[in-house]
Amino acid sequence: MLQFPIYLDHNATTPCDPRVVEAMIPYFTNNFGNAASRNHPFGWQAEEAVDYAREQVARLIGADPKEIIFTSGATEGDNLAIKGVYEMYASKGNHIITCNIEHKAVLDTCKHIEKEGGEVTYLKVKENGLIDLAELEAAIKPTTILISIMYANNEIGTIMPMKEISAIARKHGVLVFSDATQAVGKIPVDVNKDGIDLMAFTAHKMYGPKGVGALYVRRKNPRVKVTAQIDGGGHERGMRSGTLNVPGIVGFGKACEICMNEMEEETKRVSKLRDKLQTELLKVEESYLNGDKEHKLPHVTNISFKYVEGEGLLMGFNKNIALSSGSACTSASLEPSYVLKALGLGDDLAHSSLRFGLGRFTTEEQIDYTIEQITNTVNKLRDMSPLWEMYKEGIDLNTIEWAHH
Amino acid sequence: MAYSEKVIDHYQNPKNVGTLDKSKNNVGTGLVGAPECGDVMRLQIEVDDATGIIKDAKFKTFGCGSAIASSSLATEWLKGKSVEEAVKIDNMTIVEELNLPPVKIHCSVLAEDAIKAAINDYRKKNGLEELKFEESVIH
Repeated sequence: MLQFPIYLDHNATTPCDPRVVEAMIPYFTNNFGNAASRNHPFGWQAEEAVDYAREQVARLIGADPKEIIFTSGATEGDNLAIKGVYEMYASKGNHIITCNIEHKAVLDTCKHIEKEGGEVTYLKVKENGLIDLAELEAAIKPTTILISIMYANNEIGTIMPMKEISAIARKHGVLVFSDATQAVGKIPVDVNKDGIDLMAFTAHKMYGPKGVGALYVRRKNPRVKVTAQIDGGGHERGMRSGTLNVPGIVGFGKACEICMNEMEEETKRVSKLRDKLQTELLKVEESYLNGDKEHKLPHVTNISFKYVEGEGLLMGFNKNIALSSGSACTSASLEPSYVLKALGLGDDLAHSSLRFGLGRFTTEEQIDYTIEQITNTVNKLRDMSPLWEMYKEGIDLNTIEWAHH
Repeated sequence: MAYSEKVIDHYQNPKNVGTLDKSKNNVGTGLVGAPECGDVMRLQIEVDDATGIIKDAKFKTFGCGSAIASSSLATEWLKGKSVEEAVKIDNMTIVEELNLPPVKIHCSVLAEDAIKAAINDYRKKNGLEELKFEESVIH
């Protein structure tokens, strides 16, 4: 029996795995100690739990536990990495390279750096959502201190060529930071094989709790340092003060362990469902896949249905299916997704897009229902779309003088 | 954001979806909005030549649920009204009827614009001077 609503927005957040919750519970009540309390068993117990979680987190990304700095989430990790490197390496230079489809946590941090007097280059992605490596290399100058490129994109799921990016960075002695929020736990990520120096990620995108994340900071070849952005008791090797969120960290560790053990099997199962969804929806007339076909997260797809508006489309089934759209009819700006626009999509296609994020608990029955609902709603809305009628009559919509407002 | 029941009802059972023959002299067509802005409305009226009463109204809309509901409601209100009465339909009446939240007021403005555009198209076809309207504020 299908249960509603169906959740297909796993890029936004994921439910906690029940095994994660189970691991966390004792740390709210009996084992409530402060991990920084050095003089009694409550503190020792909490510290031990944090150390264990640190190992679990480190193992998932091939790092040393000492290289893991716990944060409140990926936004904080992004801020700490970029601002922290900018301040720490000020004597070396002030230039940062990033790209135009990064998450706002990176883009807005870069804008902040520009206000501070730093220089930022925003690489434009190609139509498939990937950066051009030659352009990246050409953008490097003597003052470049950091390349900040996301591991995988949150809207279209494309995976950046991190190994190639870091090889270029190494050649020029530039550090590499990656916002890997969408990738860690979903695909194999190894900071050494990938050549990443700093990496931010968060628990709630991988079936862990909200409010806890990590920043990986390389300790060897090269030893990387960041200037702390939160001052206080000097926790986390002085890079991030603040009492540790022990239950959250325990849950994060457990979530990482589960992802590591089950990734291979989960990827096989989920990508099969994703492929089915994608193939069936692309059979709908005038539907388009957004982002690269190959270099893509196994659980994500993003499709535009031309001549219907995304929010109107969602309304057809959003009581039963939780999905997200690239349209932004509700926001004051009425601007559609900047990620889709960066791929060169016209506003019309960007307004017509749906983002699908499948997950650990997604079933084939749910996917079959989703395919049916979306196909029906697209057809229904096209029957009442003046644009569809014009398209069917062979009218080129670009020749019409629209009353822009 | 939750939609009002009336918006949901118009979305699920839109009234008067369709196309009138725009080559006819007694049919006025208004096409407003733009695909880039995420909504386009086409509203048509068919006027009874003898009485000046709008005997039929149809719409097609590309847009969110509130835009679809606003145009659906507008066609319902137009039918049976004289052209003179139709001009007076105000977007705020649509907002009130559908309980539109502030971010969706532009949908009602678009519906009002579509009505006026359709009426002017009808007037033009029939040798009447086009009515001048104040520019819509919220767009």
